[in-house]
Amino acid sequence: MYAQSLNQQVEGTTGPEDAEAAARFQARIDAEERIEPNDWMPAAYRRTLVRQISQHAHSEIVGMLPEGNWITRAPSLRRKAALIAKVQDECGHGMYLYAAAETLGVTREQLVDELLAGKAKYSSIFNYPTLTWADIGAIGWLVDGAAIMNQIPLCRCSYGPYSRAMIRVCKEESFHQRQGYEIMLTLARGTAAQKAMAQDALNRWWWPCLMMFGPPDAQSQHSDTSTRWKIKRFSNDALRQKFVDATVPQAHFLGLTLPDPALRFNEATSHWEFGEIDWSEFKQVLAGNGPCNRDRMAARRAAHANGEWVRDAALAYAAKERARAAAAAGAA
Amino acid sequence: MYTGSITVADTPLLRYVLGRADDALVLGHRLSEWCGHGPLLEEDMALSNMALDLIGQARALYTYAGEVEAAGRDEDAYAYLRDVTSYANLLLVEQPNGDFARTIVRQLLFSAFIDPYWRALMASTDPTLAAIAAKAEKESAYHLRHASEWTVRLGDGTAESHARAQRALDELWPFTGELFTMPAGERALIDAGIAIDPETLRAPWRATVTRVVERATLTLPADGWMQRGGREGRHSEHLGHLLSDLQYLQRAFPGATW
Repeated sequence: MYAQSLNQQVEGTTGPEDAEAAARFQARIDAEERIEPNDWMPAAYRRTLVRQISQHAHSEIVGMLPEGNWITRAPSLRRKAALIAKVQDECGHGMYLYAAAETLGVTREQLVDELLAGKAKYSSIFNYPTLTWADIGAIGWLVDGAAIMNQIPLCRCSYGPYSRAMIRVCKEESFHQRQGYEIMLTLARGTAAQKAMAQDALNRWWWPCLMMFGPPDAQSQHSDTSTRWKIKRFSNDALRQKFVDATVPQAHFLGLTLPDPALRFNEATSHWEFGEIDWSEFKQVLAGNGPCNRDRMAARRAAHANGEWVRDAALAYAAKERARAAAAAGAA
Repeated sequence: MYTGSITVADTPLLRYVLGRADDALVLGHRLSEWCGHGPLLEEDMALSNMALDLIGQARALYTYAGEVEAAGRDEDAYAYLRDVTSYANLLLVEQPNGDFARTIVRQLLFSAFIDPYWRALMASTDPTLAAIAAKAEKESAYHLRHASEWTVRLGDGTAESHARAQRALDELWPFTGELFTMPAGERALIDAGIAIDPETLRAPWRATVTRVVERATLTLPADGWMQRGGREGRHSEHLGHLLSDLQYLQRAFPGATW
């Protein structure tokens, strides 16, 4: 209902968009003003944001699954409570982001239907399995670390509701990242078996994490307009480099080895140079062929299908209550 | 270094505290199994919240058990290193989640008991138990409200939700008798003002459940045979599997710090 109260633009009915309005819009962007739900915006800007925000929301919800996989097996009550709280935070991020997308004239139900129909994407990283407890540390440290690199610039995104959502999300993600690193540190300083567990997790998550930043700049489809609209402020490659530069010393502090023989520090540029990313693996995961794509979608579809009678019951009860209230008002 | 299951001293107070801790941990664990799989995102949040409340209560109680036993054990020793026959939780809380109706009705039946229980325990002569009860009561009051509202929605929702809620109530009812049993040794704690006589809560519990069940247009089952044994360590087969998950890492890597 909220979404319907907002100004809507029907695409393709007015021919080319008003050039004057478009120029005013770009001027506002250039002046670092925030665009709000009721403001005029180009249809493509709206479309881009709906796609990006909903993908982000889907990623949070699907992302609950790999970590949720260890809630019942967390090794201490403190870790169990922290993990439940973390996965719950992700659920909250998903709801918050769906709400931000709804300000653009779509509904959460529509977006979820697209995900379940396999028409919408979510982050490729959640199609990898969590095999050991160390994966919970690696996800917090690396996956949330990479997410923060991506999301900090989004706190200044030109679209107001998205930028405000990201400020809150980033605060919680930073906490998750510290928590993940602390798990890794405990393992790295633990028994030989624990250290081996941590190293194995790093070996498996490192390259998929570098892929999280998306294809190399030369191949990125969406970057140019997104940059002009200040939805995206840094290129995929720039953010990836930033992540590598921040993470390599952290791995060294843990006493773990990054699974990249080509990794070396370039004194001249002050950057860590890294080896070739296997983009064919990335493409396969995006195409649905990652180790867990089918399991993740099956889990989301099962939750949705098994919950249908519950949602129906809640709606039926609400309708009965309304009818009873109306009857009581009529009788009075 | 831990090498296997621990044997806990058998004193009435320790047994009492561990029983309450086990109730909270096992039910919290069950609720946490929903995380990521709830019928709507709002319920993923709510069930996780309640799981966190219950695990928090368990941690406070296990920590207190460690003080009572004074054998140098922390909360994790009690949670992770006792075997199924040493667990003293009620059979009701270890029952599998089943569908959402079963989870909600289980929560209703337990919360309608434990909420007034904590409220009464706030007057315990044992200051630690009184403090734990004061915190837990706020949480269980919300759990009761949440479970009551959903029981009404499901019972008075669609024909399918009504049938599922009624089935859950019928199937879980035989586990409610155990709420009011008193294990050996607890009478002395009650007489000392440390613990609460659960029998005094039977009438208020029944009144709460009846009120919710009636609003939900459900039928209260007849009181037939009641299952019991959890407080004495005689559990259903379900608890062993729950503990296999819960204790896996501590058992596979004895003595490691996590």
